[in-house]
Amino acid sequence: MKSFVFPEFQIIRDEEKCGQCRGCERQCAFGTHTYDPVADRLVSDDYKCAGCQRCVIFCPKKAIEIRPTPSFYRPHASWSREKLEDLKKQAETGGVILTGSGSDKPFRIYWDHIVLNASQVTNPSIDPLREPMELRTFLGAKPDLMDVTTQNGEIEIKTDIAPNLMVETPILFSAMSYGAISYNAFRSLATAACRSGTYFNTGEGGLPREMREEFGRCAIVQVASGRFGIDAEYLNCAQMVEIKVGQGAKPGIGGHLPGEKVSAMVAETRMIPVGTDAISPAPHHDIYSIEDLSMLITALKEATNYEKPISVKIAAVHNFAAIASGIVRAGADIIAIDGIRGGTGAAPKVIRDNVGIPTELAISSLDRRLRSEGIRNRCSIIAAGGIRCSSDVIKAIALGADAVYIGTAALIAMGCTLCQKCYTGKCNWGICTQDPRLSGRISVEIASQRLSNLISAWSHEIAEMLGGMGINALESLRGNRDHLRGVGLYEWEMDVLGIKGAGE
Amino acid sequence: MPRIRRELYNKDICACSIFGAMNRDGERFTGARVMKAIANMHVRGNGLGGGFAAYGIYPQYSDYYAFHLMFTGNSMEARLSAKKELDAFLGQNFDVVHDEEIPHRDESTVSDPPLVWRYFAQPKKQGEEADLSDGDYIVKKIMTVNTGIENAYVFSSGKNMGCFKGVGYPEDIGEYFMLDQLYSAYTWTVHGRFPTNTQAWWGGAHPFSLLDTTVVHNGEISSYGTNRWYLEMYGYACTLQTDTEVIAYAADLLMRRQKLPIEVVAKILAPPIWNRIDRMNEKERKLLTTLRMVYGPLLMNGPFAVIIGQTGRMIGLTDRIRLRPLTAATRGEMFYLSSEEASIRLISPELDRVWTPNGGEPVIGELNSMRVLQ
Repeated sequence: MKSFVFPEFQIIRDEEKCGQCRGCERQCAFGTHTYDPVADRLVSDDYKCAGCQRCVIFCPKKAIEIRPTPSFYRPHASWSREKLEDLKKQAETGGVILTGSGSDKPFRIYWDHIVLNASQVTNPSIDPLREPMELRTFLGAKPDLMDVTTQNGEIEIKTDIAPNLMVETPILFSAMSYGAISYNAFRSLATAACRSGTYFNTGEGGLPREMREEFGRCAIVQVASGRFGIDAEYLNCAQMVEIKVGQGAKPGIGGHLPGEKVSAMVAETRMIPVGTDAISPAPHHDIYSIEDLSMLITALKEATNYEKPISVKIAAVHNFAAIASGIVRAGADIIAIDGIRGGTGAAPKVIRDNVGIPTELAISSLDRRLRSEGIRNRCSIIAAGGIRCSSDVIKAIALGADAVYIGTAALIAMGCTLCQKCYTGKCNWGICTQDPRLSGRISVEIASQRLSNLISAWSHEIAEMLGGMGINALESLRGNRDHLRGVGLYEWEMDVLGIKGAGE
Repeated sequence: MPRIRRELYNKDICACSIFGAMNRDGERFTGARVMKAIANMHVRGNGLGGGFAAYGIYPQYSDYYAFHLMFTGNSMEARLSAKKELDAFLGQNFDVVHDEEIPHRDESTVSDPPLVWRYFAQPKKQGEEADLSDGDYIVKKIMTVNTGIENAYVFSSGKNMGCFKGVGYPEDIGEYFMLDQLYSAYTWTVHGRFPTNTQAWWGGAHPFSLLDTTVVHNGEISSYGTNRWYLEMYGYACTLQTDTEVIAYAADLLMRRQKLPIEVVAKILAPPIWNRIDRMNEKERKLLTTLRMVYGPLLMNGPFAVIIGQTGRMIGLTDRIRLRPLTAATRGEMFYLSSEEASIRLISPELDRVWTPNGGEPVIGELNSMRVLQ
């Protein structure tokens, strides 16, 4: 059938500069560029281009430029180009439109409507280059009261303290499974986490056996509805276990790793046959209610000898705060909430762009809900979904999060350009693919360095902002909405965020 | 769930002078000397708040809780109506043995004084509340008054002690309440205030108190929002629009309810930095790490120096990087704390020992009789 959709991008090649080295041809897994030996020139097919810019950056002659196509349908306020083309594609295929990475829709980005405070006169700002600035954070349940005894001036703690995860900076790598991303990308995250005093999350694809000893000390392992790669050693080599209930990019639906991506090693790690589809059901089929979740939490605590905090990750949806409160009462030590802009390797576009609520609102309403019920200390909150920079992190913390997960940001540090073609398995940047020719493009050494640099840069910036507010320990900013003001927000939005307007 | 309205409270910001004097033998003395000492730091305040806490002033009612109440409002009518409502509330929940207007000098120059009354009472615990401790019961009732009865504020609630405070220079407030003539205490703490906003109200002056714990404070607490939500989870309503109140409530929560020793409390309010904790021996490291982990939300961040008064005890503490001044001194059985050494020298030119406490390290004065008891 002839497709009525025209290409998204226009490839402009400067023939003067092009040296016919065929580098672009090798770089593009989508087959955009081909060499014509008769004419001795490279030919590009605009239809195949994903707009990932790999060929542009790696062209030794800087001969390629890729732009959005200037072609257009007659402008229409209701029938945007995207709506028109999606419809055409469905008329041509009869299928669900797939996409990758987080939603690109213009939902209000609250981070950009919140401004931070700084000290003037009455309270000295603190220079983080000269004074200690403490970002260390403990994730897990804290007791309501602590019992101590004093004997001969020696103080001893009587209360049993639940296990907590200590991070040197409140930024953790979000769940990205081996299988969805390449081994090298996965290993880069693990390497960077260990080097930077933080943690990486294995996602639901298991943890390759040979990585357990080296990287277990900075691993969070996930238990998801597919139960891939789970055994006692997997649970116990890590520092925290996370039950994945939902994901911000696709609340309410499961996952599907196509058989083509299930290589021998992915198969071994996931404990499934090579080449079979790895399907994560939408719900956990042993969790149909809160008491079922409570049993799974207890089972995991038993399996890990009560030595590791148990996290439950849910997507931020309409009534999630009440659900999260139930999850805390069910025994979870940490609640991870993932907002509507959270990333994914593959999701139906209609789900990604229409289901869930923004992270910023979710953090605030969850924090306030747990406080009003007097159980905020019984869990920590990790916020995920749409964290782009250090100021997003610090605002998340002031709104009540204990730490944040970054997924997309980490991928961008490794080279991702958000072309949203993750679901094709043809990632030219070597991230979201199992093709060894592509995944070999990531050097663990370089990619992990880029990730560690990112954590270091953000941590420095957080220290800088914190010092400006006259605060030298991050725990004093947690839930401290006093230091936030809203600009350009409606009253109801400021109510939900619990912040005053600028100047108020 | 109905939408929770965002809070539009205003937090006062102020700089101040603080002073404390204690006789560790328990001998009582009038407020004359501390008034003289605080007057010496006149320029550290701006006349928008001053106050005193005095311990040992009501020996005749020492078994009863002494409630000091402030009835504000624009007209005498409004004040009396607040008092009427309060009287009814007290009658239901307490056995009041004596009450009177707190004596004051009418010819004084202080501006716009509210109606200030004191009640001596015992809790009348009934029904579900019968099992509460006296302290918990009283804290609960105070929170009800301060949040529920318009224009009525409990600003002092301990046994055999009392706070006196208002808008004016502390020496003027002392004169207004005739502290140099009517009262003798073994511990006096004093506060002179320099708020940066002009809205001055009597309830906003220091000391802040809950039961027998009083706090005078110089500084701004930048962790206020965090401290506040944590305390609210334990039933403390922060109503007085100032960050000092969170120190009083934190002291009550940690010392009275959780019974933690003051050394531990100091390590919670002003903990050592991680760099130092990581280098301690295993036992200390474990204790301090746990304290910071559990009580992180009670870390008081930002510059402060405080004097905390309690029955038989006076404690001085500064923030962990010591951004506000505090000087400690002793002379015989007298123990002094002050923002400036000159004020101590003014009333006691000869001193046995004068020192500047390190940031985050508490200085504690206790009655000698207490030490014997322990």
